[in-house]
Amino acid sequence: MDRFHSPSAYVFYGLFAFLILATLVAQFLIRSGRVTEPTAGNLTQRIRAWWVMIGVLALIFTLGAGAITLFFALCSMAALREFATITHTRRDDHDGLAIAFYLILPLQYLLVYFEVPVFAALLIPVYSFLLLPVITVFKGEVQGFLTRVSETQWGLMVCVYCVSHIPAILTLDIPFYRYSAFTLVAWLILVVQASDVLQYIWGKSIGRHLLAPRVSPSKTVEGLVGGMLSATVLGMALTPITPFRWWEAGLIALTVTGFGTLGGLIMSAIKRDRGVKDWGTLVQGHGGILDRLDSLVFSAPVFLHILAWGWM
Amino acid sequence: MTATIAARMTRAGLVAAARVLLSLRAIDLPPKGSGPRVLVANHVSHADFVALWSVLPKQLRLQTRPVAGADYWERSDLRRWTANHVFRAVLIDRDPASRRSDPVEAVAEVLRSGEDVIFFPEGTRNLTDARLLPLKSGIYHLARTVPEVEIVPAWILNLDRILPKGAFLPVPLNCAVRFGTPMQVGPGESREDFLNRLSSAMLALAEAKG
Repeated sequence: MDRFHSPSAYVFYGLFAFLILATLVAQFLIRSGRVTEPTAGNLTQRIRAWWVMIGVLALIFTLGAGAITLFFALCSMAALREFATITHTRRDDHDGLAIAFYLILPLQYLLVYFEVPVFAALLIPVYSFLLLPVITVFKGEVQGFLTRVSETQWGLMVCVYCVSHIPAILTLDIPFYRYSAFTLVAWLILVVQASDVLQYIWGKSIGRHLLAPRVSPSKTVEGLVGGMLSATVLGMALTPITPFRWWEAGLIALTVTGFGTLGGLIMSAIKRDRGVKDWGTLVQGHGGILDRLDSLVFSAPVFLHILAWGWM
Repeated sequence: MTATIAARMTRAGLVAAARVLLSLRAIDLPPKGSGPRVLVANHVSHADFVALWSVLPKQLRLQTRPVAGADYWERSDLRRWTANHVFRAVLIDRDPASRRSDPVEAVAEVLRSGEDVIFFPEGTRNLTDARLLPLKSGIYHLARTVPEVEIVPAWILNLDRILPKGAFLPVPLNCAVRFGTPMQVGPGESREDFLNRLSSAMLALAEAKG
């Protein structure tokens, strides 16, 4: 099928239309004084960053599976960098971290790209778990040993293993499905990210009760429920481009947005513990790349497993 | 001073690489006043110059010259070219026994001409476990020689984890340079008092969060 007329291309046309609308509405709200600083500046920055992110995604979707895999490998690199920065790792962990960055990360994405699912599933949870601490053991520094090796392992699981499940969805060949798996990746990213944005909007407009005040000072129950339900409705509205029935699409959307939200909370707890507000400064107005990816990190593996067990 | 195309390209390449690989940024860089200033920072690796340099706005960067040891930078042609043309370093002779010119005077000359300098007051790379080596008295003499100079303490975060001693592969961590409030040597302030004040200011930057 022509890549400019595929369902995922139409998802992007829709997104660009929506971005134009969002930009106009935001400008109207700011000009008319209904939204004031500092929210106004943050809103403008966030929308501008969305233009860049959706633009980049549209480009790599046009270029194909190799580009998507490479893109998420680079995202993993940036995410692992943010994660490793705030851990307790010290000089003695340098070699372990270097192996994580320069060996395990590229290897994981090669395994995904060349479709070796067994090893892609085992490399980080088993082999890096067993072997990476060995590098650190021979450095002889025992202070904080468990903390340091666990943090490196967590970084690899969150930033590399989980993120690599997004391009891994492309390798699925779903029987009786008329479109390619590209469409499903677009559907997942759209639903999960829409849930984040909608939670922000619902929370800002009607949020009253804090969900977990000690973990995240901005997440509200109203935002959570409103955001997840409206993202689920969006997922159901897109049923025609998925292999699901409408109620299956709803349940799956609810599951992935649920995992996404929980992922956001878990990553927030890590940030609070380490005394930082954002993971980094890579994405203007959003913080670091992990601040944007956190919900996808926790929903992509679940989505892949649902597809692999239910539709293959 | 006009730079050759090769020097300019090397400079741009180093700055771009440092920014992309280390996601470098400046925290609380004080705006430049009227007088010359000395940026003083901790020194753990050869990447320090580039790190500090890349976080400065371009206009400022071209007027900021690192002070470096001649013994290291004159050892080969490539190093000499890098020091002289890429960084426009102020090379000083660190060995008091063999030197013929006064290093403090050489740096003071640059400051009087209106340019800023980057100065590593520990005098050498810190390869120990201590956060900061005892400061050498050079910075005190410099502040006395050019009394209008502002000393801006800075701390390069994370570089010791990015490229620790003995390692050849840098691990990409997010790096930032945190700047403190500019200070001057007080009238009648003793060498010990000033160096203590400066090193506590630097260490406070290392501990600061956010």
